[in-house]
Amino acid sequence: MQAEQISIFLENKAGRLSEVTGILWQNQVNIRALAVADTTDFGVLRLIVDDNAKAEQVLKNAGFTVRKTKVVAVEVADQPGGLHSILEMLYKSGINVEYMYAFVRQSGDNAVMIFRFDQPEEAIDVLSQNGVTIVEGARLYTM
Amino acid sequence: MIYDIEYETMPREALESIQLRRLQATVSRVYATVPHYRKKFDQAGIKPGDIQQIEDLQRLPFTIKQDLRENYPFGMFAVPMDNVVRIHASSGTTGKPTVVGYTSRDINTWAELMARALAAGGATRGDIIHNAYGYGLFTGGLGVHYGAEKLGASVIPVSGGNTKRQVVIMRDFAPTILTATPSYSLHLAEAAEDMGVSFQDLSFKFGIFGAEPWSENMRKEIEEKLNLSAVDIYGLSEVLGPGVSIECHEAKNGLHIAEDHFIAEIIDPVTEEVLPHGQTGELVLTSITKEAFPVIRYRTRDITSLNPEPCICGRTMVRMDKISGRTDDMLIIRGVNVFPSQIESVLMEIDGVEPHYQMEVDRKDNLDTVTVRVEVSQQMFSDEVKELQRFEQRIENDIKELLGISVDVKLAEPKSIARSEGKAARVIDRRKI
Repeated sequence: MQAEQISIFLENKAGRLSEVTGILWQNQVNIRALAVADTTDFGVLRLIVDDNAKAEQVLKNAGFTVRKTKVVAVEVADQPGGLHSILEMLYKSGINVEYMYAFVRQSGDNAVMIFRFDQPEEAIDVLSQNGVTIVEGARLYTM
Repeated sequence: MIYDIEYETMPREALESIQLRRLQATVSRVYATVPHYRKKFDQAGIKPGDIQQIEDLQRLPFTIKQDLRENYPFGMFAVPMDNVVRIHASSGTTGKPTVVGYTSRDINTWAELMARALAAGGATRGDIIHNAYGYGLFTGGLGVHYGAEKLGASVIPVSGGNTKRQVVIMRDFAPTILTATPSYSLHLAEAAEDMGVSFQDLSFKFGIFGAEPWSENMRKEIEEKLNLSAVDIYGLSEVLGPGVSIECHEAKNGLHIAEDHFIAEIIDPVTEEVLPHGQTGELVLTSITKEAFPVIRYRTRDITSLNPEPCICGRTMVRMDKISGRTDDMLIIRGVNVFPSQIESVLMEIDGVEPHYQMEVDRKDNLDTVTVRVEVSQQMFSDEVKELQRFEQRIENDIKELLGISVDVKLAEPKSIARSEGKAARVIDRRKI
């Protein structure tokens, strides 16, 4: 049920982000979602793309430090309180969200959020039992 | 194999009493025969008779390279030229060369110490030694040569250069021990590969490498490329030549100093204070058996530490750490002596950290600041920022603990720091003092 995300280490230097996007463009890899977490001196770029294996390979070849991470894509009702109800389910079950960010496309009427959990399997169980839809990797990459 | 069981495994107490006796004799002799030492001792108000215990050595003045230059060429010799049978000299690229002499007994001592060193490095009578150290004024070639003959091994005096012929000899004569500078050994490996000769098919078992500092990473590379076990040998012509200290192939963890012939001290290169065992500083050596060219408290400028712990090989002689740098590379940060190599040793201890780093030293509001950029490796990279920050924190703490200075660690992208062995690439000092 989990989806794959690519994380890339970036120094806070002008032009580094565009180098990554340039490499992906040259290799015809499409970015589906993106988030940057940064400190004063470095950042971690997180990407959902349509071809993880290819993206990882071409970025590694270009000298970037790349890692694949498992994340969970969750459908969230596109209305006030939609995200809140999901976070509450997780909180009550003692599951921590390491980070999260929004996916660009919608799944039907719902928004999609990408979550990194400390206990992903448990999170998937809790959400599924509460009727929340998890978007599988294969569907997510081509959505 | 231990070549000289009696001396190399001597209990410390017995060793120290021999050291004291020999030190007293050396001090008396240089005072009587070398004007430079007599003048220095007189200035310091010390007479040979004042040396009553080993610790009294600390009262004697240091000898530095400049002293040898000022007495160029033979002014520091302690015997008449009639008794000198050999002269060697350093290259002198940074000034006048330093010239050293040997009596017949000195040559014999040197051969004994080199026989010990070769044996510690894995050589036996049955071995064939391919000696690619240069023969000539440089002490490397002849030092190994005499030691190999003393040991009873077969020595090929191939010397340096003519690399293609060396590869042919290595293939045809099937030598089992390689002696060379570490950088030349890698050059040999490349040349062999170009000629279609694989070290996997050669007969080498051990390599004894020295005459320049080399890192643990270089050891790994040499061992892989040359398919042999590599040990480090240390020496300098001012003190003897190769054979002052040697790593045993059993432990490969520090170089045993021939303490029955030399007394080693570690000093703070700035305050000149003698440091206790385990602390890093400049190696100072006193020769206690040499006749033609004795040296008293010679400042080597090499950075190391001493480890008196017993070694698995059975030798009781104190071990010095692999040379990690030169005092010339030292930085003084907020009054603390810092060697870039110490930062490197902290990084090497942390799993997943690449030893690629760069120190940037600055002065802000009259306070020295240090930023250490460390390349992030695949292994330590995490998608979680807090994990990466924890890593930075850990490196900062470890450096603080070892060096006593606070630094700011910044993770850097792989290959973003220039690859060079030189000081320039490792340290950027922007302080305007």
